[in-house]
Amino acid sequence: MGKILEINGPLVKLELPQTVIGEQIRVGRQGLVGEVIGRDGDTALAQLYEDTAGLRPGETAEGLGWPLSVELGPGLLGAIFDGVQRPLLAMRARSGDRIARGVAVPALPRDKAWHFVPDPARQAGGSLAGGDVLGTVQETESIRHRILTPPLIQGELLELAPEGDYTLDEAIGRVKLADGHIEKLQLFHRWPVRTPRPFRQRDHAVAPLITGQRILDTFYPLLKGGKAAIPGPFGAGKTMLQQQIARWCNAEIVIYVGCGERGNELTDVLESMPELKDPHSGRPLMERTLLVANTSNMPVVAREASIYVGITLAEYFRDQGYDVVMVADSTSRWAEALREVAGRLGQMPVEEGYPAYLGSRLAAFYERAGRVETLAGDHGSVTLIGAVSPPGGDFSEPVTSHTKEIIQTFWALSKELADARHYPAVDWLESFSGYVSSAAKWWAQHVDPNWESARAEALDLLAASEELQRIVNLVGVEALSSEQRWTLEAAGLIKEGLLQQSAIDEVDSFASPEKQFALLAALLEIYRQGMKLVKLGAPARRLIQMPLLAQARRWKSQHSSDDIAALKAKIAAIPAAFEPLLQEYAAPSTPREASS
Amino acid sequence: MKNIEFRTASSAQGGLVVMAGVPGVAAGSRVQLRDHAGRVRSGLVIRSADDAVLVEVFEGTDELDLERTWVRFLDEPFKLPLSRDILGRVFNGAGLPRDGRPPVISADRRDVNGEPLNPAARAYPREFIQTGISAIDGMNSLTRGQKLPIFSGGGLPHNRVAAQIVRQAKLLGEEAAEFVVVFAAFGASHADARFFQESFEESGVLNKVVMFLNLADEPVIERLLTPRAALTAAEYLAFDLDYHVLVVMTDMTAYAEALREVAVLRGDVPARKGYPGYLYSDLAEIYERAGRIKNRRGSITMIPVLSMPSDDITHPIPDLSGYITEGQIVLGRELSNQGVYPPVTVLPSLSRLMKDGIGKHFTREDHPHVASQLFASYAKALEVRGLAAIIGAEELSDADRRTLAFADAFECRFIGQGEDEDRSIHETLNLAWELLSMLPPDALTRVSEEELAKYHKGGEA
Repeated sequence: MGKILEINGPLVKLELPQTVIGEQIRVGRQGLVGEVIGRDGDTALAQLYEDTAGLRPGETAEGLGWPLSVELGPGLLGAIFDGVQRPLLAMRARSGDRIARGVAVPALPRDKAWHFVPDPARQAGGSLAGGDVLGTVQETESIRHRILTPPLIQGELLELAPEGDYTLDEAIGRVKLADGHIEKLQLFHRWPVRTPRPFRQRDHAVAPLITGQRILDTFYPLLKGGKAAIPGPFGAGKTMLQQQIARWCNAEIVIYVGCGERGNELTDVLESMPELKDPHSGRPLMERTLLVANTSNMPVVAREASIYVGITLAEYFRDQGYDVVMVADSTSRWAEALREVAGRLGQMPVEEGYPAYLGSRLAAFYERAGRVETLAGDHGSVTLIGAVSPPGGDFSEPVTSHTKEIIQTFWALSKELADARHYPAVDWLESFSGYVSSAAKWWAQHVDPNWESARAEALDLLAASEELQRIVNLVGVEALSSEQRWTLEAAGLIKEGLLQQSAIDEVDSFASPEKQFALLAALLEIYRQGMKLVKLGAPARRLIQMPLLAQARRWKSQHSSDDIAALKAKIAAIPAAFEPLLQEYAAPSTPREASS
Repeated sequence: MKNIEFRTASSAQGGLVVMAGVPGVAAGSRVQLRDHAGRVRSGLVIRSADDAVLVEVFEGTDELDLERTWVRFLDEPFKLPLSRDILGRVFNGAGLPRDGRPPVISADRRDVNGEPLNPAARAYPREFIQTGISAIDGMNSLTRGQKLPIFSGGGLPHNRVAAQIVRQAKLLGEEAAEFVVVFAAFGASHADARFFQESFEESGVLNKVVMFLNLADEPVIERLLTPRAALTAAEYLAFDLDYHVLVVMTDMTAYAEALREVAVLRGDVPARKGYPGYLYSDLAEIYERAGRIKNRRGSITMIPVLSMPSDDITHPIPDLSGYITEGQIVLGRELSNQGVYPPVTVLPSLSRLMKDGIGKHFTREDHPHVASQLFASYAKALEVRGLAAIIGAEELSDADRRTLAFADAFECRFIGQGEDEDRSIHETLNLAWELLSMLPPDALTRVSEEELAKYHKGGEA
């Protein structure tokens, strides 16, 4: 038993011999929990997950003997945890509306019995290895929870419980380890959050993550098992975009980590998720969702831990063979928590006060994403989407620039677009995706063989319009040729009719890949038809006045993803809309050349 | 321990005192210092070890004689006595009366730091508050339980805007404001404080206002306590007495500067512009105390005023605030110079909770689309205006000239309004349609065709 020597904010100096770095500790009369982060002889430095007010030098401190770990088992889905996996709903029942200190509530409910169905392949006397599936529990309608053997276990299965209802504390089996020890198996196990869970090997990511957001899926795709970042200044719609992804993406499990963000945002997710349906399974979204919430007013050390808690939960579902998406909002707050603690430790700051290990910590964290072959031989993936909140919207700041080097898909949010209420405010020039060629194979196979070329054509058009816009800003639109004006107009059409997508419009909120491609193809068709006319000598002015253009801007919210046929009919009718003009300009015996 | 006076101060500097050899002092505990003249100051323990205890003194360390300073550790956090009687009272930043009346006596004394609200206990703000100001109601709506700061700059009328909101704020269907107001000023000038006091007096709400004042010439460290004391009172009024509380705080920049001042003295590693790395967490502790709680009737709606140093929205204080608050109302110098009141620069302004508090069941079914259309049309119009400045208005097309006229009318008539003009949301939306009707229907793609048919006033292309 040790004692407290000094209290300085969330840091306490302890007299605690023989502790190891990372060990969980409990200090003071209230039993506040924290972890050891440094040692010097018999003194140890620890950070506490809870507010330290009221602690005094001389109070007791004890090491608990294990690192920060999470409980993994049935009861996770639909739950909301704080940054150290305390269940917030159960906490509320225990200690009221405010988070009291020193409250210890187990992460998973102990009184609830789960219906366990053993895996027929597991027989007593057989060998058992870490990651092996012991059986299943139907946790929600849509998710069957596979009960896994703890990763480090290796031995002989002595017995496995028959089908029946068990609580987490009950044994469902026994295993004899190589050293002769007999270990109890339960429906859940613990895993330290700062250690990546083991797998057999990494796989290639192949399928795109469909988010239903056109600018993401069509232009800057992300693969299942990939890593993406969403940087953006405040007010650029970062949270909104992440919530859209959490709502609509075609992953089987979604883990949403609110790290140092607003309380009301979590409330919004909590209140809206149970009402929203998964567009892929038709079940309430909450059944596949798990929230980790460490809001900005909760203690900073637990904020640092929350990201690791989230990724460990994600890996656990990956190990069951699921495609998991983890959304971390925001990694900047995590980095700031790191900085805050580093500052209190007196570590030498490098850039903007951040410690020198910022880059390596970020990289190690993002490396926990990926598609893998699990220990049991299944395939699962963790897709990691991290929000970045650059101070002042400056992408050259340390967290954004380090992140940019690590991730493959970069969805850059722009303040200018957001100010003009162009949502999602994903900047089509700043963003990039390293997964386009892999995604192209999928789109060609499942949606349309022309996806890659259509995408490229639209991006070229957008880039060209950016150049033209600069000219217009200098000398006015009259200085442009008809061809240039039409290019500008068509780019505007793509921005408004395709890239802009309303999260609050029921029809527009989600677009299936088929709808995305149909819209893209339609708008490009209008562009090409118009260009043909302009080349025949039609002035862009007349084309711009066509009612078709205003109509096409509304198609996205007129036809849902189930209504592609009607959309396709409109596409088929596009040439007819141009017919009168075509007659007029193509009619003369000698076709006129476009003046450029 | 609380009855023992220690005379072991070993050093004092800029509001911090080090006490030597006082073992077992609780972190965060309140401290009383008695100086040689018998004056009592109060402070907080910010670092505690057996050999040295660091104390932050709210009234500062000026004229403190170390050998003749007696210190008592009160062994409890800083607490505010609370009862219904706080309404109508004026306190200093540390919660002591400054209106010449006796202190509030109550057995109910609360830790001013509060405890973080469990996110699972929050109720999402959805009730639209009508402020009577078109630029806010129409395009950046406020909801009950929201924290929506006013980002301003020196010389801009943020105080007048805040006072107008306090006078006019009400829920739809309600006749008069049924809010109580908690007003906290830190680092504000005497003139500013008087302005608010008079404004409350004029509108006859003085007996529904609690004030916490720490003015520009008063101790800096006390500023760190002022918002916390005010919010503790607000939480009591909202969640114990069921009031709807409107908290107005001015000026968050003065608060952050006080925090920096103390951080430097403590030797904390600076992050940006000398502000400590924990500025974000510290601001969040304040802002996040706004909100609603499930199964409680009251609410805390927060309108902090924040002056942006050199009008720079990327300065750490507005920047970090913007990441925590649920939007911002930005006041602009350009509009103000043109004589537009309130000079709300609508494009960088934002209300994050607007989407859930407006529309069919809350205001009017066309509201979301109208707001989006106003933003889009005005953004477009500003581009045209930029162009006109270069090539001259004569060179513009007819369509562009119409857009330009829209921008002018929008600024003068929609954003601009009287300081006593209280527009209902219907008046605001009708005015919006009147202005949008200056543009051809084809240019209005954010509103639906049905809405165009219903509200657009002719104006063929």
